[in-house]
Amino acid sequence: MVKQVPDTANISGQVMKADGTVNRAKLPAIFNPEDKVALELALQVKDRFGGKVTVITMGPPKATDILRECLYMGADEAALISDRKFAGADTLATSFVLSEAIKKIGKFDLIFSGRQAIDGDTAQVGPQTAEKLQVAQVTYAEEIVSAKGDKITIRRKVDEGYEILEATLPVLITVIKEAGEPRPFKAKRVMAYKNARSLLELEKMADSNSLLSVDRLKEDYLSKALFISTYTLDELNIDPGRCGLAGSPTKVHKVASVKLGGGEHESIEPTKDGLRSLIGKLAADHIFG
Amino acid sequence: MKNKSNDVWVFVEQRNGTPAEVSFELLSKGHKLAATLKSNLVAVVLGHGMRELATKTFQYGTDEVLLVDHPKLENYRTAPYSDIMNELVSERQPRIILFGATFIGRDLAPRVASYTLSGLTADCTDLQISDVVYQRRDYKDLLLQIRPAFGGNIIATIITPDVHVQMATVREGVMEQAVISPKGKGRIVEIPYEPKPVHELVKIIEHHREESGVNLKNASIIVAGGYGMGSKANFKLIHQLAQTLGGDVAGSRAAVDAGFVPPQRQVGQTGMTVRPKLYIAVGISGAIQHRAGMQDSQKIIAINNDPEAPIFDICHYGIKGDALEVIPMFIDAYKNELK
Ligand SMILES: Cc1cc2nc3c(=O)[nH]c(=O)nc-3n(C[C@H](O)[C@H](O)[C@H](O)COP(=O)(O)OP(=O)(O)OC[C@H]3O[C@@H](n4cnc5c(N)ncnc54)[C@H](O)[C@@H]3O)c2cc1C
Ligand SMILES: Nc1ncnc2c1ncn2[C@@H]1O[C@H](COP(=O)(O)O)[C@@H](O)[C@H]1O
Repeated sequence: MVKQVPDTANISGQVMKADGTVNRAKLPAIFNPEDKVALELALQVKDRFGGKVTVITMGPPKATDILRECLYMGADEAALISDRKFAGADTLATSFVLSEAIKKIGKFDLIFSGRQAIDGDTAQVGPQTAEKLQVAQVTYAEEIVSAKGDKITIRRKVDEGYEILEATLPVLITVIKEAGEPRPFKAKRVMAYKNARSLLELEKMADSNSLLSVDRLKEDYLSKALFISTYTLDELNIDPGRCGLAGSPTKVHKVASVKLGGGEHESIEPTKDGLRSLIGKLAADHIFG
Repeated sequence: MKNKSNDVWVFVEQRNGTPAEVSFELLSKGHKLAATLKSNLVAVVLGHGMRELATKTFQYGTDEVLLVDHPKLENYRTAPYSDIMNELVSERQPRIILFGATFIGRDLAPRVASYTLSGLTADCTDLQISDVVYQRRDYKDLLLQIRPAFGGNIIATIITPDVHVQMATVREGVMEQAVISPKGKGRIVEIPYEPKPVHELVKIIEHHREESGVNLKNASIIVAGGYGMGSKANFKLIHQLAQTLGGDVAGSRAAVDAGFVPPQRQVGQTGMTVRPKLYIAVGISGAIQHRAGMQDSQKIIAINNDPEAPIFDICHYGIKGDALEVIPMFIDAYKNELK
């Protein structure tokens, strides 16, 4: 499970819309860092023990960008889960849609997700998805120690130290940054997949060129193995009342901008004398000693 | 429909039998919330040999303890703990549940929220009860779950208007602990636990305790460095200043992300909340998420070369200058003045 997130390290200005949701259009979008590590671990498991890696993301058509990056890194398949009705989802609605999509895509042994997405740092979607799929979870994984038969051994971080757990498949694992270094894109794979497109992207192409039809495009891309499957609300055949804003129990009631500029402080000159006087004041206040 | 209650629950977390401090902080907050709602404060205690801890929660104003005590519950494991919580919550329908935003709380709370279809807000920095008008409808006594959001220019108030159970996680140190009465008394309700095979799908093979040795919470002087320090080599100046003043070292998240300082020393909404006598913020811009963790410090000194940096809005003493020049001067001045 991977997510495209606004680059929260570089945010400025007005990014919130009146309804309290985020105006993502105004922000540079990046691959959530821990999700890249999650994919790295999935690929390592595949390298060591075999299997097939499928990546999914729920997001707007633009989120296909990170699916292509997953293909460049080595993922076997990618799926975009996208529908206007999925917009504005909190973590509960997100995990509902993701779990339904996973059921639709098929059987799995392992699901990897990032511990948390940097836009909200909630770390909720992983465990919530595991619950919806009724599978075990191991959060804060820092190493896949070994795997054999239907068992996997995982080292995970806890509040004071770490634990080694043995889990019976299937299991959902959330991964922390320290668990691995995402491998670079393979030049060959970039060449092979840079033209991979999701259905929504093909629709857009067809819209802007009357000579193209979506069905033909899809056939064409499928035949070249460049089609990124796309799941919409209809395709998943799920209750719209449990998706997006409608399916989100938590609502943004109010956003208040933080008042800046109100605070009064004493300016200290960055000189020897300035600092001496400051230290004198702090000593008088019994801060030191 | 099950009988809904107005009670406030706190999940009391323990590790190897030792209660997590955050649990007492949440009980203290929960006591106030329950008073406003005119309802009961309920402590939920899971583990083995937990009677003493259960009794201790009464000091913080707990009216009732739901105690699930069983040898198999000695160590936290997702499956049995979430199963027990799912059942308790579905059956008793509390109004509010608070969890520590710890490794355990953040593993457990989402699982319970997902099962019970409850709303859950992570890392709240404040919780209040208030009547709310949302989309032209009146709601009585909702839990306002307040947290900085997006970009840091904004404080968001999250509500859960249309579902009964409102859940939130809160970091350690954010709420203040208050003993209500050292001899407080209440009821202990014992709930039986029945082990199930699915609870054994994940086994703990080894458990290593490492004391992190970091105790920022009790530090009286903290010197915190930010991304503005520029490099790990420059960050040594932060250590030197802290050593000179007899303080501890901390950092902003950007400094943690850059590898200048380990994550256990991050101050802020998703790190520690600290209230030292003196907090020196060096090369830290003062994003709201950082301020959430240090703004209650008794005295704050900001050192920053950008006179417009928001940190200057909350500091008591502001030094506008280059950290690489100011810190050595600071150390010299301190040594000369207080020798
Ligand atoms: C959900 C979420 C949770 C977050 N939680 C936290 C948290 O818990 N803690 C936290 O700290 N952040 C947190 N953040 C990140 C926060 O928004 C900021 O990005 C972060 O605090 C910025 O760190 P900084 O001030 O060190 O870096 P910057 O914002 O890059 O600021 C660097 C500062 O250094 C100054 N500077 C540069 N060179 C010098 C010099 N030579 N001398 C002096 N000053 C200099 C600059 O003027 C600037 O003000 C969170 C963000 C999100 C989205
Ligand atoms: N829209 C999404 N699509 C796919 N995966 C997601 C999505 N949202 C969250 N996730 C996964 O869940 C993890 C935790 O997200 P969060 O609960 O938002 O912090 C992320 O690191 C992703 O792996």
